[in-house]
Amino acid sequence: MTPDETAFNALMGVLVIPAVAAVLLAVLPNYRATARLNVAATTLTLLCALSLFFAKPAPGVYFLVDDLNNTFIVLTTFVGWTTSMFSASYIGHELDIGRLTPRSVRFYHAMYQVLMFAMNLALIANNIGLMWVAIEIATLTTVMMVGIYRTHEALEAAWKYFILGSVGIALALFGTILVYMAARPVVGEGLNAMVWSVLVTRAGSFDPALLDVAFVFLLLGYGTKVGLAPLHAWLPDAHAEGPTPISAVLSGLLLNVALYALLRFKMLLAANAAALAPGPLMVALGLLSLLFAAFMLYRRRDIKRMFAYSSIEHMGIITFAFGMGGPLANFAGLLHMTMHSLTKSAIFFAVGHVAQVKGTQRISDMSGLTVTHPLLGWGLILGVIAIAGLPPLGIFMSEFLVVSSTFARAPLLALILVFGILVAFGALLLRLNSIAFGEPRGPVGKAQASYVPMFTHLALVLVAGIYMPRAVVTWFQNVAGLLG
Amino acid sequence: MSGIDFDIAHLFAGSLVLVSFLELYQDRLYALLNVYAAHALVLAASVAWQAFIQDAPHLYVTAVIALVFKAIVIPVTLHRLIVRLGIHREIEKVVGVGAAMLAGIGLVALSMVVMLRVTQTADPLAREDLAFALAVVLLGLLMMVTRRNAVSQVVGFMSLENGLVLAATGAKGMPLVVEISVAFSILIAFIVIGIFLFRIRERFDTIDVQALDRFRGERR
Repeated sequence: MTPDETAFNALMGVLVIPAVAAVLLAVLPNYRATARLNVAATTLTLLCALSLFFAKPAPGVYFLVDDLNNTFIVLTTFVGWTTSMFSASYIGHELDIGRLTPRSVRFYHAMYQVLMFAMNLALIANNIGLMWVAIEIATLTTVMMVGIYRTHEALEAAWKYFILGSVGIALALFGTILVYMAARPVVGEGLNAMVWSVLVTRAGSFDPALLDVAFVFLLLGYGTKVGLAPLHAWLPDAHAEGPTPISAVLSGLLLNVALYALLRFKMLLAANAAALAPGPLMVALGLLSLLFAAFMLYRRRDIKRMFAYSSIEHMGIITFAFGMGGPLANFAGLLHMTMHSLTKSAIFFAVGHVAQVKGTQRISDMSGLTVTHPLLGWGLILGVIAIAGLPPLGIFMSEFLVVSSTFARAPLLALILVFGILVAFGALLLRLNSIAFGEPRGPVGKAQASYVPMFTHLALVLVAGIYMPRAVVTWFQNVAGLLG
Repeated sequence: MSGIDFDIAHLFAGSLVLVSFLELYQDRLYALLNVYAAHALVLAASVAWQAFIQDAPHLYVTAVIALVFKAIVIPVTLHRLIVRLGIHREIEKVVGVGAAMLAGIGLVALSMVVMLRVTQTADPLAREDLAFALAVVLLGLLMMVTRRNAVSQVVGFMSLENGLVLAATGAKGMPLVVEISVAFSILIAFIVIGIFLFRIRERFDTIDVQALDRFRGERR
C-alpha cells in the first residue's frame, strides 16, 4: 500500500468502524458484551483518527482532511471513546433499576455508533451537501436517544428538539443551495460546485450578494444546532431528559460539529472580499448567547438543565472568539472549544452518577455531596471550578486569551464579555456550594461509578491550564492561521 | 430559454405558493391533508417540468418521489393514523386566520424583496424559483408556529421541505446527491414522526401538543 492509500484507509476507518459496530450492536443481545464492543469500536475509531495526524489522504470530491478538521475529529473520537466507557456503567445501572429494557439498550448502543458515524462524516465531508446530510443524520439519532426513556418529559423534549432541529437544518439546506447557486456561474454545473476545497479557491469571484444571503441562512440553520440564543430553546430540554451519556456527547461534540460547519462557510465568505464580513454577526450572536445563558443559570433547579445553559454560555464565548477572528482570537476559540468539550463531558459523567445515586436531578435534593459521595463530589467540584473559569485550569487560560485578545481590539465588547463571564461564574459557584457542601440529603448508597473517564478529562484540563507542550501550541497556532 | 418554458415553470412555482396559502387557513385535519396532497402534486408537476426543460432526466426521480410518496403515501397514512388514534379533527390555532394570512402575505413580500434583489446576475428562471421557494419555506415555518396540533405541525414541516425541493431543482445542474438526500430525509423524518405519534399515543390520549405542555422543565 502506498502511504496515501494507508491514510485513506484510516479515513474510511473512522466511518466504517462505527457503521459496522452499529449493525452488530443492533443485533447482539448480551448487554455486557455489547457495552464492551461499544468501547472497542470507539477505541479503534480513535486510533484511526489519531493516525490522520501522521498521514492525510489527498482531498477528493467527497472527503477532505486538513489540520482544521483533524483537530475536530480527534477531539470527537476521544470524547466519544471516554463517553462509551462512562456509558457502560451508566447504562448498566439504568438496566438494573429498570428504566431501560434490554431492547432499548440495544437500540441505544446502535444509535450511539450511528451518531459517531454521522459526526465523523460531517467533519471529513468535503462536499457541502454531504456535510448537511451528515448533520441531519446526527440530529435524527440524537432525537431518538433523547426520547428513549419514553416519559412524558422525555417525549416532549424530543419533540421540541425534533421540530426546532428540523427547521434549523431546513434553513441550512436552503443556505447550501444558495451557495451552490453562487458557485455555479464560476465553477460550472455539477459536483465540483459543491466541493468545499474547490469553492474556497474560487470564492473570490462568486456573486457576493448571494453569498451574504446564503450565510445568513446557514448561520440561523447551523446556529440552531450550535445552540446560539435565541435559537437555543431545544437545548436545555434535550440535555435534561435524555440519558446522561447523550447529554455529554451533545454538549461536548455535536455542538462543536455544527460550529465546524459554520466555520467552513465563514472561511468561504472570508475568501470573497466583496461579501459581508461574517465576524460581526457571529460576535453578536455569541455575546447574546453568553449574556442570556449567564442570567438563566441563576434560576435553574435541575442540575442537568443548569449545565445545559452553561453549554450555551460557552458556545457563545467560542462563537464570539471565532467571530472576532485573527490568529490570537482563533487560537483562543479553538483552545476554549477543546477545554469546554473535555470539561463539560467530565461534568456530565459526574452528574450522571450523582443523579443515579440520589435518584433525582433536583439540585435541592442533592446537597452535601462531598460527605455522602466524596469522590463524585470532589470530581464535580473540580469540574465546576474548571467550567466557571478559575485558575489554574484550562478554561481559565482560554477565557483569559479570549478576553485579552478582545481588549486589544474592541474594549467595549471585552467589557460585555467579562461581565457575562462573571455573572455565569457567580451562578455556578452559588449552586456548587449548595450541591457539594451543606447538610447531606438523599440516599447515601454506594455509587457504582466509572471514575476513570471523568478524572482523565479533568487531569487533561488541569495539565493544559498549567503547562501546554510546545508542539500542541504550535499545532493550534497553525490551525488558527488556517481559519484566517 | 423560450418564453413558454419559462412561463410554465413560473406558473407551477407560483401555484405552490398559492397552495401554501390554502394550507394556512384549513381548520380541519382531513382538509389539511388533502391540501397537502395538492401541494405535493404541484411540486411533482413543477419538478417534472424542470426535468424536461433542463434536459435532466434524474430530476424525474425526484418528481416521482414527490408524486408517489408525498402526494399519495403520506397523506393516506396520516389519514389512517388520525382515524385509528381518534384524534380531534379540529385544529387549534394560536392565531386567527386573518392574522396568519396577513403574516403570510408579509413573508411572501419579504422573500420577493430579498431574493430578487440579491440574484440580479443569476438567470431569470432560477432567481424567480428561488424567490418562490423561499416564500414556500417561510409559509411552512409560519404554519408550524401557528398550529398546536402535532399532525399539522408535521404538515407544515413537510411543505417547508417541498419549498426546499423547489429551490434545489430550480438550481440548474445541482448534483443528485442532494436531491436524493432531500427525498430521503423526508422519509426518515416521517418514520421518526410515526414513532413519535405512536409513542405519544402510548402514554397519552391526545397528540395535541398543548396537552403535552404541562412540563416546563423547572416546575415539577
